[in-house]
Amino acid sequence: MPELTYLEAITDGLREEMRHDESVFCLGQDIGNFGGAFKVTEGLAAEFGRDRVWDTPLAESAIVGAAVGAAVEGMRPIAEMQFSDFIACGFDQLVNVAAKMHYRQGLAVPMVMRLPSGGGFSGGPFHSQNPEAWFLQAPGLKVVAPSTPEDAKGLMASAVRDPNPVLYMEHKHLYRRLRGEVADGRYETPLSQVRVAREGSELTVIAYGAMVHTALEATEDLDGAGIEVVDLRTLCPLDTEGILASVRKTSKVVVLHEATRSCGIGAEVCALIAEEAFEDLDGPVVRVTAPDVPIPFSPPLERAVLPQVDQVRDACRELLGY
Amino acid sequence: MATPTARPAQLEPRERDTAAQLTVEDRRELLRYMLLMRATEERALGLYRQGKVPGSHYDGRGQEAVSVGSAFALSPRDRACILHRDLGAHLIRGVTPGRVLAQMMGRVGGVTNGRDGNMHFGDPGLGCVGMVSMLPDMAPVACGLALAFQMRREPRVAMTWFGDGSTANGQWHEAMNVAGVRRLPIVFILENNQYAYSTPNELEFAVDPVERAATYGFAGVKVDGNDVEAVFQAAAEACDRARVGGGPTLIQAETMRMHGHGAHDDMSYVPPELFEHWAARDPIETFEKRLGEEGLETESLHKAVAETLERETEWALACPMPDPATAAEGVFATEDPVLGDGHAPWSRWSGRAATDA
Repeated sequence: MPELTYLEAITDGLREEMRHDESVFCLGQDIGNFGGAFKVTEGLAAEFGRDRVWDTPLAESAIVGAAVGAAVEGMRPIAEMQFSDFIACGFDQLVNVAAKMHYRQGLAVPMVMRLPSGGGFSGGPFHSQNPEAWFLQAPGLKVVAPSTPEDAKGLMASAVRDPNPVLYMEHKHLYRRLRGEVADGRYETPLSQVRVAREGSELTVIAYGAMVHTALEATEDLDGAGIEVVDLRTLCPLDTEGILASVRKTSKVVVLHEATRSCGIGAEVCALIAEEAFEDLDGPVVRVTAPDVPIPFSPPLERAVLPQVDQVRDACRELLGY
Repeated sequence: MATPTARPAQLEPRERDTAAQLTVEDRRELLRYMLLMRATEERALGLYRQGKVPGSHYDGRGQEAVSVGSAFALSPRDRACILHRDLGAHLIRGVTPGRVLAQMMGRVGGVTNGRDGNMHFGDPGLGCVGMVSMLPDMAPVACGLALAFQMRREPRVAMTWFGDGSTANGQWHEAMNVAGVRRLPIVFILENNQYAYSTPNELEFAVDPVERAATYGFAGVKVDGNDVEAVFQAAAEACDRARVGGGPTLIQAETMRMHGHGAHDDMSYVPPELFEHWAARDPIETFEKRLGEEGLETESLHKAVAETLERETEWALACPMPDPATAAEGVFATEDPVLGDGHAPWSRWSGRAATDA
């Protein structure tokens, strides 16, 4: 099996879907000949033409809205925001038009919204956000967040095939840092199904995206304790059974994410555990997240805000000793 | 630029080139659809006053010629994103008055089966994508429909309607610009009904929106929105242009909203003389008078429409309210979308699909 970076795996996924189905096309700013701000679409315009890899004007509402219209008319658009932060400029089309379309009219909207997200590289307050939780208050949208090259490709295939609008959170910090084996050809990673990144019996860390790797590193050798790491993979709809199965097994849970704390994905996971697995717990559910502040620019400030390996290690130690 | 209160449409008399392509039966159909729209909305207002329509009631009184004239140009495989003042376009595409009334009453059998209310609907089975309250959100969506046609090299058109207020919103600019850049097969119908809720034109824009079309690189046409044949002619020309790769058209139809924004709005902000000016130019009365002068019989249409409404109202009132147990169903789709074809009553399309266009 070839080894690809996380970024190459996304590109491979896009290429496979476009080869497989000619109704699949990409739209976004600078994605054509330039290959995108991060080069995720590099080579696609050469293979599929500028029509199917459309360099749009700087117009987020039009990008999302055009994707909605093309989707209901039988195309399978994959739209890119250059940074997930900019989805705020196209928010209305997503939450009011795309999300509610099927409930109101029985009309499916099979589109993928690629959202390069996350910090760790001094991107500052407008190029580092993790806005995934915004969309959980707009029923009708699905949200995925792959953490490995294998899942990056497989979740892209599933997102494209799904008849709903799927927000694909791709973590920028993983783009070129992470390599892994990725199968040739098309395959799908099922939506709403967690992945156990490491088995363990004493404590569960629940994470997604880049924080899965922070969790693995923090708990690799934690005084010999058996720490399970659960990768959510899909943030909406959550795999509630997959989450609860691990909680029932270990009875202690740390929920970790890079996004800000209040009403984040972690809050939802904690509430789920409190409602459904209270009797199985052997300690309080703990959250490790960014605090409720914008992501600052300067490296020491950014490090102070984004969850670090030591923080996760400390939280796990404390909970293990509870 | 004239002030809005003193702005009756100053329009050139139109030659009726395309109207000449309308058969006698087509012209009777234009009148019939306008009558059907008004009768359906009057019935809906009556049901609202009886307390059978929850929320408020919104209609397109006085704007019948805009929706009927424009939608009449569409072929079966064209697609439409219709505004809440344009019931006539829904009726032309094939939505029955009964389904409209059931929709307004929040019943099963309404186009959204109670999921959405009033004029917020579009029947996907008839090639329509329903509007949302945010305006003009359907303009970018219609660009996407047109984009699909263009990418597949299909001779089809997307048509979308919006009001004067919508031209002040950023999404309007984004849609116009994208449509111009890609030369999309799209027809934008701007219904200038003089007021965005209570706000007159002079507070919405400093430049007449039709003039902006040129700056986006495509044709802008102003028509008398109370002349159904003039609207039809402009729309038919725009559709023909779009079908052969000629790009978008912005049609600005000058008209007047003769009811409040909703049934709760008494229009106290409209000067009486402006209202009277437009009342004297009622689109149905003027068109019927024109047909009468040409010797066409129209009285039977009134009778037929009245009978239709009786039957359709009875049907709508027999529709049940939705089962509360179903409220959480259908958030996510399990099947791919299917937009069906709409009715296309213009004689040009009889027995033809859009592939022949």
